[in-house]
Amino acid sequence: MEKIIPTLSPEFAKRRAYRNASPYKEIWDILDNVFDPELPGLTIWDLGILQDVLFNGIIYTIVVTPTYSGCPAVDQINSDIKIELEKFGYNDVNVEVTLSPAWSTEMMSPEGKAHLQSINIAPPDENNKVICPICESENTQVISQFGSTACKSLYQCKDCSEAFDYFKHF
Amino acid sequence: MDQSQKNLYRFLVGLGDDSVILSHRLSEWCSKGPYLEEDLALSNVALDYLGRARMFYQYAAKVEGQGKTEDDITYTRNEREYTNLLIHELPINDFAFTMLRQFFVDVFYCLYLEKLSKSTDDTVAAISAKAIKESRYHLKRSEPWIRQLAGGTEESRRRIMDALVELQSFVGELFLMSDWEKSLVETGIAVDRKIIKPDWDGYVKNFFAGSEINFSESELKISGGRDGIHTEFLGHLLSDMQFLQRSYPGLAW
Repeated sequence: MEKIIPTLSPEFAKRRAYRNASPYKEIWDILDNVFDPELPGLTIWDLGILQDVLFNGIIYTIVVTPTYSGCPAVDQINSDIKIELEKFGYNDVNVEVTLSPAWSTEMMSPEGKAHLQSINIAPPDENNKVICPICESENTQVISQFGSTACKSLYQCKDCSEAFDYFKHF
Repeated sequence: MDQSQKNLYRFLVGLGDDSVILSHRLSEWCSKGPYLEEDLALSNVALDYLGRARMFYQYAAKVEGQGKTEDDITYTRNEREYTNLLIHELPINDFAFTMLRQFFVDVFYCLYLEKLSKSTDDTVAAISAKAIKESRYHLKRSEPWIRQLAGGTEESRRRIMDALVELQSFVGELFLMSDWEKSLVETGIAVDRKIIKPDWDGYVKNFFAGSEINFSESELKISGGRDGIHTEFLGHLLSDMQFLQRSYPGLAW
């Protein structure tokens, strides 16, 4: 079966255009080293929660939007952002959490979706077509609407019998 | 604070109270769920409500402007100062009861937050737009459970019917308007809960019809939550929830 090629969502295209036009390229690039603590290898940029980099002439403000309102990783991510920027000499950094626009999986990058696939997590699909990340079968069933974290649900492949996480389309 | 800010503060704290109390109830299932996946699901829904409460409280603290935190609001108020609607504080009872309450509030929040996401207050609108996505997802889980329990064994159906009798006394309060909410409706910040009632009634009636359960409409029977008049159960919940901060005030991680 063909590998799924994730297409570019309009939301992500907008984010990428915004980042490309930002004068603070260095900051955005440094933040590519900050990962979601619960999804190893997935950067906050790829996940879509990194929204903006602002500078008022004195300090930088990094704007992030939480995935779920009760996401326990938010505080960890905020401190990871500060630690990473400190390594590059940015000691006075403000992290701001915004609720608007509300995060959606459409904000994820294609690289992020491909990464999920590579660690055996089925990436979000707008039609909720859940494909087994191991054997790529479409013959899958939901076991539980909630998985190991709020952003995932639990599925099982009816062909290879493997249970896997599906990153919910949200 | 001027009067309109006071109204906004009370409104936000009320919504925060609804969320934190239901969150606490759901979290009581942690490690006691019927099976592992459901245990996780109940805890995840609890977490969503906890996040919602935090957002409302943080904003309330900002509106009040006295340097209080979300924790001050949660852990240092007494029973009579809590203004959650009563349905949120009822004990978890059995799984059928927990899920039927969840179904009722899921339907309510799907309708209510939809309207509230158009609030003239940007923060209220943003919190609602975030929270409604979660409530829609919660409904996707509570509906099949009600269907399954109502159409399952004799015992599961009996438990759903018992839960319905109990909950029918409390759903009506979801559509009750406080005076401060009414004045916020005039400025477009709040939403008239009464407008939602026919939609809620219709949705629940239709859904129940599929499981051959008769339901005509919600009636206002027991109320008092918004005025701080609670069932006997809230005090016990608060003593559990607030224990640590009451014993060691200001304790932090």
